[in-house]
Amino acid sequence: MYDWHEIGALNDIPLLGSRVVQTPHGDVAVFRTADDRVFALRDRCPHKGGPLSQGIVHGHRITCPLHNWVLELESGQAVAPDVGCATHYPVRLENGRLWLGLNNVVSLSTATPAAA
Amino acid sequence: MKEKLVLVGNGMAGMRTVEELLTIAPDKFDITVFGAEPHGNYNRIMLSPVLAGEKTIDQIMINDLDWYAERGVTLHAGQEAVEIHRARREVHTAGGTVALYDRLLLATGSSPFILPIPGNNLLGVIGFRDIKDVETMLAAAQTGKHAVVIGGGLLGLEAANGLMKQGMQVTVIHVLDTLMERQLDPVAADMLRASLEERGLRFLMGAQTAALLGEERVRAVRFKDGLEIPADLVVMAVGIRPNIELAKKAGIYCERGIVVNDTMQSYDPRVYAVGECVQHRGQCYGLVAPLWEQAKVCANHLARYGIGRYQGSVTSTKLKVTGIDLFSAGSFNGGPGCEEIVLRDPARGVYKKLVVKENRVQGAVLYGDTIDGSWYFQLLREGTDIGAFRETVLFGHAHMADSGRDDFSVMTMADDAEICGCNGVCKGAITKAIAEKKLFTLDEVRAHTKASASCGSCTGLVEQLLAATVGTIGKTPAEKPMCKCTENSHDRVRAAIREQHLTSLARIFEALNWKNPDGCHSCRPALNYYLISTWPSEAKDDQQSRFINERVHANIQKDGTYSVVPRMWGGLTNPKELRAIADVADKFQIPTVKVTGGQRIDLLGVKKEDLPKVWADLNAAGMVSGHAYGKSLRTVKTCVGTDWCRFGTQDSTGLGVKLEKMTWGSWTPHKFKMAVSGCPRNCAEATIKDFGVVCVDSGYEIHVGGNGGIKIRGTDLLCKLATEAEVKEYCCAFMQLYREEGRYLERTAPWIERVGLGYIKSRIVEDEENRQALCARFLESQQYAQIDPWAERASGRVDAHEFQPLQRVG
Repeated sequence: MYDWHEIGALNDIPLLGSRVVQTPHGDVAVFRTADDRVFALRDRCPHKGGPLSQGIVHGHRITCPLHNWVLELESGQAVAPDVGCATHYPVRLENGRLWLGLNNVVSLSTATPAAA
Repeated sequence: MKEKLVLVGNGMAGMRTVEELLTIAPDKFDITVFGAEPHGNYNRIMLSPVLAGEKTIDQIMINDLDWYAERGVTLHAGQEAVEIHRARREVHTAGGTVALYDRLLLATGSSPFILPIPGNNLLGVIGFRDIKDVETMLAAAQTGKHAVVIGGGLLGLEAANGLMKQGMQVTVIHVLDTLMERQLDPVAADMLRASLEERGLRFLMGAQTAALLGEERVRAVRFKDGLEIPADLVVMAVGIRPNIELAKKAGIYCERGIVVNDTMQSYDPRVYAVGECVQHRGQCYGLVAPLWEQAKVCANHLARYGIGRYQGSVTSTKLKVTGIDLFSAGSFNGGPGCEEIVLRDPARGVYKKLVVKENRVQGAVLYGDTIDGSWYFQLLREGTDIGAFRETVLFGHAHMADSGRDDFSVMTMADDAEICGCNGVCKGAITKAIAEKKLFTLDEVRAHTKASASCGSCTGLVEQLLAATVGTIGKTPAEKPMCKCTENSHDRVRAAIREQHLTSLARIFEALNWKNPDGCHSCRPALNYYLISTWPSEAKDDQQSRFINERVHANIQKDGTYSVVPRMWGGLTNPKELRAIADVADKFQIPTVKVTGGQRIDLLGVKKEDLPKVWADLNAAGMVSGHAYGKSLRTVKTCVGTDWCRFGTQDSTGLGVKLEKMTWGSWTPHKFKMAVSGCPRNCAEATIKDFGVVCVDSGYEIHVGGNGGIKIRGTDLLCKLATEAEVKEYCCAFMQLYREEGRYLERTAPWIERVGLGYIKSRIVEDEENRQALCARFLESQQYAQIDPWAERASGRVDAHEFQPLQRVG
């Protein structure tokens, strides 16, 4: 169901920071939290399309740089009372290398991240 | 295993503590609640509107029974706790239920004081405290005709008004000659009385009740002078008495109330107490605002989140009688050294009085026009120096902000009138959200509606709406916490950084018990600024705690591209720079080139990955970052001065360039703008800048604290100087004082309004030694700050990861 892509090493992402993976269906933001967990969300805030990769990471959350919406990194859900969701993608860490899972079924349909 | 928390008292204070606790530490305690009343938890202060028929019981419920069930809180409604065994840590109820506790919270509230006179136990004699009392009153209004309310205080008048609305003929008996003597001065009290009499209330002032007459039911009231008046209902509202019997019986130390310390613990540290049953630093409170503050501190302590301290409250009150506007706060009767500022307009029925001591508000009484109550209360709590606007302070905040709207009241606005211009929120949406979602605080309103969540200039209006809709002044603690991660205010955090020599975020989080291990988007940038401004040679600038603009040294735009503004010293440029800018715009296909308000050129729509290349080209032509993106020195705007202008008195352009060369690169609490005008015609608009110089024939006028943005503010004249060298020294000293004492995201204009121009003068103009010390600290810090961030990044050696994608796939 997922195509797994090797995207780099854990240390390529600064602690409490984010990097972008460019895909044919739009950018994916990959975040690293203080406890060295890595999460991936589509790099578009559900509010006004702000680039989440440019935000501030705190706990397991990201604050969008444009209007301070806060999203859960694990689910992509906006923190209440805001309502909205950014597509999230699975990330695996194996032998120090990061793998990003992109959904190959959805990417063929019209509901691709870029078209959503 | 979870610890057990038992709460005795299902009222507002106790349940607010539980709610706060569930928010910050939802899994810490098994919670059991005992409440003597057979309901969920309701908003007691709204009983008056219920009695007046303006609200229903359902509308004032805060938490219904389902709420408790959903959160796993055990509620024993209608079960009165009668005994506490502290040695065994048990609470017993009258019905025989026993609950064990690890921590006990007493929130037993207070009872109406019942006068010790004959007949006080007759049927139809009640207090005004709970839903049952309201039901008794409503029933009495069905059958009886005459009601007597004993007590002309806040509660008594609200009860009297409600009963009158229910069709009864109401007489208010007050032992003194002024109504609400704890909140009002005699003038306001008389205006209130006249207005209530007009509505049909009767008053017997200075009357002493001797006995209540009747067989089973009350039928009349007799006074000491022998006068009798008929009464089918008597409501006693002569004061409240903290309910301390339970605590006393358990051997917990009580005076008038249960004595607690600043963390709301009684002499038995396992036993906490909040609300009206409490005596803190000799004070008992009967108003709602202090309860909120106590609840917050208590919940924090129970959750072991550091030691927030409750340090007492300044309270304000508002009478909830529809059509009568009355507001009172602080000490309104003055005292030694106090002055009164009074506005009295009998024709409009308006009376306003501020009690002021050394230009700081001590108390306020407003009658007829209370729209500025929250503003005066804010001035009072924050101890603001009102010297600068003392002449107009009584005309209100709206008058200050915009003299074109001096006849302005938020409640007279239409529902579709826009309150928040940033987020397009109209008045109706805000009042609806407050009512439907039961919002109590400014933060809640911001979260749900976004009103005042952006630039904040409509905060006052939103606070007024909140006050008017909720029926109480939405209060904020005297010292606002920095953010939800801490109880500490900006000033306290800063003092800790300095005093404990904290040089990193991690050490701040540890020393001050931060609730979130890595803070949030609101506190991290502030802390990072405090660190690098306090310890410029030691603290490391944490890039991940910078807002994106300061992290990548350009301004993010709505589409995720960036804008680039190179520095143009004093607004000067030359053909070489202009060619380089034109070449860059061509080469990188930059869609928009614009002249800014600060005399520079803005390149808009640059792709992030192009930024280092754009900077390299600009650097090659001798240009550096203009910091147009930073909480830092922005521009120094100038006019052409003596070089060209026939009116110029000094070399304003040259001085502007010198000031900019000296101060560029410095980080400040918020953006910092300067200007130098060559003569009093002031073409560089120096009098709306943070630091402005107006040249005159005999020297230089120094102006500070101006702002041309959200709220326009002309500068204050700091002093007049004779030489350029002095101007430079004063400039450094002023910036450094602001850097050290301004709060993060506080511009110089509100900072000066907060601390007062007199203070700034005393530190800079009148204290030469301190001025030189400030100046030296500023220049020391500049050694670490004046490194062009563009050159560093164009070289590829700093933060290269910011500008490159991690990977391309597919």
